[in-house]
Amino acid sequence: MVHVSMAVNGRPASADVDPRTLLVQFLRENLRLTGTHVGCDTSQCGACVVHVDGRAIKSCTVLAASCDGAQVTTIEGLAQGGKLHPMQQAFQDNHGLQCGFCTPGMIMASIDLVNREGPNLDEATIRHGLEGNICRCTGYHNIVKAVAQGAREMGAATPKAAE
Amino acid sequence: MSATGIGASVKRKEDIRFITGKGHYVDDLNRPGQAYAYFLRSPHAHATIDKIDASAASKSPGVVAIFTGDDIAADKVGGLICGWMIHSKDGSPMKAGAHPALAQGKVRYVGDHVAVVIADTLAQAKDAAEKIEVAYTELPAVTDTAKAASAGQAQIHDVAPNNTIYSWRLGDKAATDAAFASAAHVTKIDFVNNRLIPNPMEPRAAVAEYDSGVDALTLTTTSQNPHVARLVLSAFIGLAPEHKLRVIAPDVGGGFGSKIFIYPEETVCLWAARKIDRPVKWTAERTESFLCDAHGRDHVTHAELALDANGKIKGLRARTIANLGAYMSTFSSAVPTYLYGTLLSGQYDIPNIDCEVDAVYTNTAPVDAYRGAGRPEACFVIERLAEVAARETGRDPAEFRRMNFVKSFPHQTPVIMTYDAGDFAGALDKALALADYKGIGQRKAASAAKGKLRGIGFSAYIEACGMAPSQAVGSLGSGVGLWESAEVRVNPVGTVEVLTGTHSHGQGHETTFAQLVSARLGIPIENVSVVHGDTDKVQFGMGTYGSRSGAVGMSALSKALDKIEAKAKKVAGHVLEASEGDIEFKDGKFTVKGTDKSIDFGSIALNAYTAHKFSGQELEPGLKEGAFWDPTNFTFPAGVHICELEIDPQTGVVTIDRWTAVDDFGKLINPMIVEGQVHGGIAQGVGQALLEGAHYNSDGQLVTASFMDYCMPRADDLPSFKIETIETASPSNPLGIKGCGEAGAIGAPPAVINALTDALGHEDVAMPATPQAVWRAAKKAVKRAAE
Repeated sequence: MVHVSMAVNGRPASADVDPRTLLVQFLRENLRLTGTHVGCDTSQCGACVVHVDGRAIKSCTVLAASCDGAQVTTIEGLAQGGKLHPMQQAFQDNHGLQCGFCTPGMIMASIDLVNREGPNLDEATIRHGLEGNICRCTGYHNIVKAVAQGAREMGAATPKAAE
Repeated sequence: MSATGIGASVKRKEDIRFITGKGHYVDDLNRPGQAYAYFLRSPHAHATIDKIDASAASKSPGVVAIFTGDDIAADKVGGLICGWMIHSKDGSPMKAGAHPALAQGKVRYVGDHVAVVIADTLAQAKDAAEKIEVAYTELPAVTDTAKAASAGQAQIHDVAPNNTIYSWRLGDKAATDAAFASAAHVTKIDFVNNRLIPNPMEPRAAVAEYDSGVDALTLTTTSQNPHVARLVLSAFIGLAPEHKLRVIAPDVGGGFGSKIFIYPEETVCLWAARKIDRPVKWTAERTESFLCDAHGRDHVTHAELALDANGKIKGLRARTIANLGAYMSTFSSAVPTYLYGTLLSGQYDIPNIDCEVDAVYTNTAPVDAYRGAGRPEACFVIERLAEVAARETGRDPAEFRRMNFVKSFPHQTPVIMTYDAGDFAGALDKALALADYKGIGQRKAASAAKGKLRGIGFSAYIEACGMAPSQAVGSLGSGVGLWESAEVRVNPVGTVEVLTGTHSHGQGHETTFAQLVSARLGIPIENVSVVHGDTDKVQFGMGTYGSRSGAVGMSALSKALDKIEAKAKKVAGHVLEASEGDIEFKDGKFTVKGTDKSIDFGSIALNAYTAHKFSGQELEPGLKEGAFWDPTNFTFPAGVHICELEIDPQTGVVTIDRWTAVDDFGKLINPMIVEGQVHGGIAQGVGQALLEGAHYNSDGQLVTASFMDYCMPRADDLPSFKIETIETASPSNPLGIKGCGEAGAIGAPPAVINALTDALGHEDVAMPATPQAVWRAAKKAVKRAAE
C-alpha cells in the first residue's frame, strides 16, 4: 500500500491505496466522486478528464500515487456557491449533452481549452481542441456551440483570461 | 404556445445532474458486501471446450466462486432467447441454435463467455481468471458473411445446416420478374453494408442483489427496456417469477439499440447473486463492449432497379445475406426482415418489389438492432439505386427522385407498409433551397480550381417508427406486443408524477413528457416529475427503441391525461356545485360554463383527496389514472438529407462542407431536442459512411476492438449541420408525432456515398470510405477520365 494525499475540489483527501490504483479509481471508489467516468481502456474517450494542478489530464491513465500533493478539480468542484460554472451553464443552454456520460469530461476539457487558447474560439479551434473527447449522442454540433458560449462567458467573467 | 408547452424548446430538466457530476449510472452504485464478477472469455472464434480446470484459480486470494456453463445448466437456468419468429419462404421456422449464458462444450466467437470469477475485489477476480486452465480444440472459423452458407464452411450450430438461420422472402417475385422483363433500363448494384459497433459511451454494467428474506432478486442494469429484461429473465430464462424480480435502469449513458438486449453477463450476475447470497457487480471494459455488445448492420446485398423509358421505377429486387453472428440476439431475426424488406419502397411509388434475405451464423459477435435497425440498410439499397439509376439514365438525381415520389396518401407499398401521411416533394424543395443546389456548379468549379473534387449527394429516406401496432407485429412473428403504458399520479398539492414504460438514456423524456403534462393540465413544468426505469414503480412498459417513446409513449400519456381531465371535471362539478357537463377545463382552470365560477387544478387535486365534497359512493376519491396505448399504424418519418463534400485527391481526405436535412417528424414537442437527435443520428451515419467498420480477420479475431482501432466520429470529423423540418401530422396517434431518433443514422450514409461518387465521376466506393479507399477511387476516376 502507498499513502496518497491531495486536495480534491479544495478539500484534503488522503488514503492508503494499492500502488496500481488509478486516479479515477481513487476519485470514484475512495472519495465517491462518481461524476468522473470511465468510457474506455485506452485514454481515447476523455470521459475521465479532470484538472490536476490546473491542467486537464485523463485520470484513467494516471496513478493516484503520482498525484500525491496535487490540487485536483473534478466536475463536482466546478459550481461555486450553488452557481454553475459558465461552461456548465453553456452546455445546458445549448443542449450540449444528451445521455450525459461524456459530459463531465467534455466540460473539463473545454475549460482547459479556454484556459490554453483564450475565450475567443472559432469553430475549427473548438473542434480540434476536443479531439480527445468522444461523444456518441450529440454529433458535436451543440457541444461546439456550448464551448463557444462558455468560452465567451469565461472571458467576460475574468477579463484577464482574454489576454 | 407557452414557454414550456408543446412546441417550445425548453431546456432540459435532467441536465443539472449531468453537468454537475451528480448523475447515477450503474457503475456509480455500490452495495455493502458486494463481490465483483469478471468473465473469462474465449480467445478463439470457434473451438470445443475439452476441459476447464479452475482448481488453482479457486485458491487465488479473494475468490468467492467460479462458475462455468455446467454449473448454470445444473441449476436448470434457461438459455438466452430470440423473441421474434421468422419463417423461411418454405414455411419452416427459423433455425435458432442454443444460446447458453455461459458456454457449454463449445465457444462460437472471440469473447464468448467461458466462466465467471467472483471475488472480493475486481483485481482479485482478474488475477484468478488468469489461473483458469481451459483446454480447447480449435475449429475453423466462419467470418465471411457472403461465404458463411457455402459448402465446406465449418458448422456453427447443429440445428442450422449451412449456417443458414432462415431464407426469407417478401414481395411478389413473379410480378417483379415481369416488370424487369419489360424494363427499358435496369440498374444493378452490389455492396456491403458494413458492420458497426454501437459504442454508447457508458459501457454495459450490472449490480445484482438477492434478498434471501423474501427470496427476491434486484438487477440494476444499463437497459433501454427494464420490463422486457424482467420478462425475459423471468418467463424465459427462469431466474425468478416476475413479482420476485425487480429490474432498475437508472441513468443510462446512451444505448442506440445495444442496451435493448438481454445479455449473458447480466443474466449470470443475477443468477450468481442468489448462488453466493451477496451482491455481484460487473462493469464492461471497453474492449468487452467491442467484443460482446451486439453489433449492427453487416449485410451483403445485390440490388436491381427496373425503369421504364420515362425513368419511372417499375420494379425493385434485393438479395441480401445478413450476418447474425454466433448466436441469435434478442430481436436479431426481425432486423434484416420486417425492419428491412418493408422499407425497400423508400419514398417512391414502386409497383413491384421482390426481396430475399438469407440470415447466416458466423463466428462473430451477435448482430442485432443498432440505431435505425434494418431501415438504414433498406434506405442504402433504394437511395444508392436511385442515385445510380438517375446518373445512368442522364437524369438529375433530385428530379429523378421527385418524379418517382409517392404523391398521394394513404399509399400501399408492395411490402406491407401503408404510408399514411407525408409531403416528400415539400421536403425536397426546401432542402434544395437550403443547400443552394443551384450553386453547386460554381462551387464544384471553385474546388476544381484548388485541385479538389467536390460532390453532392442526396438521400430521401423514409422509416417506419412508432413501434408498433401489437396485432400487426404479432402477425409478423413478434413475441411481444409493442403498445406503451403511462400512469399519471396527481398529488394532493397538485404536483404530478408521470410513470412511463419508456426509458430515457439521452432522449430527454424528463423534459418532453413534462411539457405535455404542463400544457394539458396548465401547471408549471417544475411541478411534474417523470419516473421511468424501475419495474417496481412503473407497472409495465416496452421501453425505448425504434423512435417510439414520443409516438407511442406520449400517446399513452395523452390518453391517461384524458382520463385525469375527465375525473377532475367530476370533482370540479361537486366542488363548484354544477353538473359535470357544464364544467370546462382550460389553462389549468375549471370553470362553470357561462359563469365566473372557477377553481384551479391544484384545488381540485386537493378536493379529490380530501373527498369532503362528494360521497365515496358517487365518486372514488383520489386522482390517479393509467392508460395503455396501442398504435393504429406505424409512423413514417421521412425527409431529405443533402451532403456536400470535398475530396483532396492527393490524400483521399474527405471534408464535409455542408450538410442540409429537412425532416418531417410530424408534430414536435421540443424542437431543440429533436434537432439534437438529428445531429447525433447524422454523426453515426457519417461514421458508418466514412469512418467506422468492425473487422474480423479470417481467424475470427476482432481487430477493431478498441477506440485506437475502431474510428469513432470526433468533433473535427464533422461539420455543423443545417437542419429544418416540415410538418405533416401522423394520423396514427393523438399527438401527430412520428419520431426522430433514428432519422439521421438512416438518411446519412447514402447521402455521403452518393456525394462521394458524384465527386469521383461515379466511381463506386465502399463503406467506410476511409482516406485510403477514397484515394484509390480518386486515382481510378482520374485514370478513367483520361481514357
